[in-house]
Amino acid sequence: MAIVEAKGLVKHYGDVVALDGLDLEVQEGQILGLLGPNGAGKTTAVSILTTLLIPDAGSAMVAGVNVLEDRMEVRRRIGLSGQYAAVDEHLTGFENLDMVGRLYHLGKEQSRKRARELLERFDLAFAADRPVKTYSGGMRRRLDLAGALVAKSPVLFLDEPTTGLDPRSRVELWDIIKDLVASGSTLLLTTQYLEEADLLADDIMVIDNGREIAHGTSEQLKSTFGGDTVEFVLDNSDQLGRAVELLGEVAAGDIRSAQETATVNVPVSNGAASLTRALRILDDAEIPLSDVQLRRPTLDDVFLQLTGHVAERGETTDQEVSV
Amino acid sequence: MSLRSALGDGMVIAKRNVIKIKRVPEVLVFVLISPIMFVLLFAYVFGDSISVPGLSYREFLMGGIFAQTVIFGATFTGAGLAEDMQKGIIDRFRSLPMSRSAVVFGRTASDVIYNVLSLIIMALTGLVVGWRVNNGIGSMLLGFALLLLFAYAVSWVMAFVGLIVPSVEVINNAAFLVIFPLTFISNAFVPSDNLPGPLKTFAEWNPVSSLTQAARELFGNIPAGAPEPDAWPLQNPVVYTLIWVGIILVVFVPLSVNQYKRVKSR
Repeated sequence: MAIVEAKGLVKHYGDVVALDGLDLEVQEGQILGLLGPNGAGKTTAVSILTTLLIPDAGSAMVAGVNVLEDRMEVRRRIGLSGQYAAVDEHLTGFENLDMVGRLYHLGKEQSRKRARELLERFDLAFAADRPVKTYSGGMRRRLDLAGALVAKSPVLFLDEPTTGLDPRSRVELWDIIKDLVASGSTLLLTTQYLEEADLLADDIMVIDNGREIAHGTSEQLKSTFGGDTVEFVLDNSDQLGRAVELLGEVAAGDIRSAQETATVNVPVSNGAASLTRALRILDDAEIPLSDVQLRRPTLDDVFLQLTGHVAERGETTDQEVSV
Repeated sequence: MSLRSALGDGMVIAKRNVIKIKRVPEVLVFVLISPIMFVLLFAYVFGDSISVPGLSYREFLMGGIFAQTVIFGATFTGAGLAEDMQKGIIDRFRSLPMSRSAVVFGRTASDVIYNVLSLIIMALTGLVVGWRVNNGIGSMLLGFALLLLFAYAVSWVMAFVGLIVPSVEVINNAAFLVIFPLTFISNAFVPSDNLPGPLKTFAEWNPVSSLTQAARELFGNIPAGAPEPDAWPLQNPVVYTLIWVGIILVVFVPLSVNQYKRVKSR
């Protein structure tokens, strides 16, 4: 059953089109990864679904409530962790979570209990009584994520939860998100990191310029948009031309070769069988190899093919991707 | 949204702001030192060179300084909101099932603390330089209550400005541009009778004048022989000031709450 359902969302900021008729669905207990470069419309979509923005057109239901008609009721059923850690830095970790609990109307005792539970679970108990301004970036994000979980809301929205984090903090946050999903939460996650979507999401929607450009599981996207490749490294680059000519027989697409590194990349339709055949051909032609490998497609390949530009990598931080 | 949960949410926000007052004592130091500075500067720089018919300038002055300082104190409300708007925390608030007015109500409520503290400090400094309360404790408390109430109303104006302007710096400059003329074209520091024609009329109908006049009357700082003012607002300063408090709240509470609903964090 779809617990988040949006139809035909449109949002303009002046002349800029942020969303251009986006449809999306998240099934109960699943993670939808909304993947796209900066400016693709991810945050706008999340802002509309969490009642922070009103769309110019379109409709949305979250947990059975119409987002445009009963915003307060939607807010009772969602948890949001935004792109920038939404915590008060002068308050302690405990005070931040307790405040959020009181604003969800949990009641004094319940709110405090929940705050302590979450600090424990997110490995922040040691810093519970320190003002947040003394926290590291990773600790702030964990606290922010904890804020989204205070009311045990059935639907969670995480907008770029790991943007700008160092690799170690990112891995820690991924573990937390995996636990969340294992415990049955429904989650809409936006990210510009391919490996994040690959690792966490059941269902991935690639968006660019406010529109869906591909949709499916990670495996489906890879097999649709990027096949296997066999990469050969020759002993001697003089043989490169001959090798490319001979390998045409097994190739499922355009062969790429590089003279300097003496490599030949052959797209193939059936990895293992094609590899065996190719090796036999090269052996018969007495072309010696120094290395060979079968490459499975990555989401990078998919993304590149779909959007025509390279996705932002996990190692880099918050830079703009030119579109 | 019931009134009870609206009040409860406002209190949660106010508590958060009070915690911040404790954690960022630098602001408090400024709040407490500037009134001392004002009292001493006016008392000693102007105190001996300005004469007011029928009364001592230091006695006359304190009402004006009280009024000006609490009105400036209201600027904190605008600055606090403008600062919140620049941070992600406002998106958190807006995604929570809390009362839409709680953030602004909580802010105006917690900022009353600044004004209570600065009134105490000013009164003590005033006593040191020779100011006296001559009308009994009850009147004195009414005087302070009226000052706080007027400042509370002004803090809603500042809240609205804080929600429109792009940054904290702008709110401080905007506040100075409005508050300085308002307090100087009034009877806060000089008797309005001395002002030229149009300025005199403005000063007589300026609520800062009536607030000052009310404070002076309630603190007993107007001696028996002092000339009676001609303008109605200054003859009935408490009533006229309360009318302004009402008008400001009726206009700016809905405006600010509405603006808060529309604004997205920057």
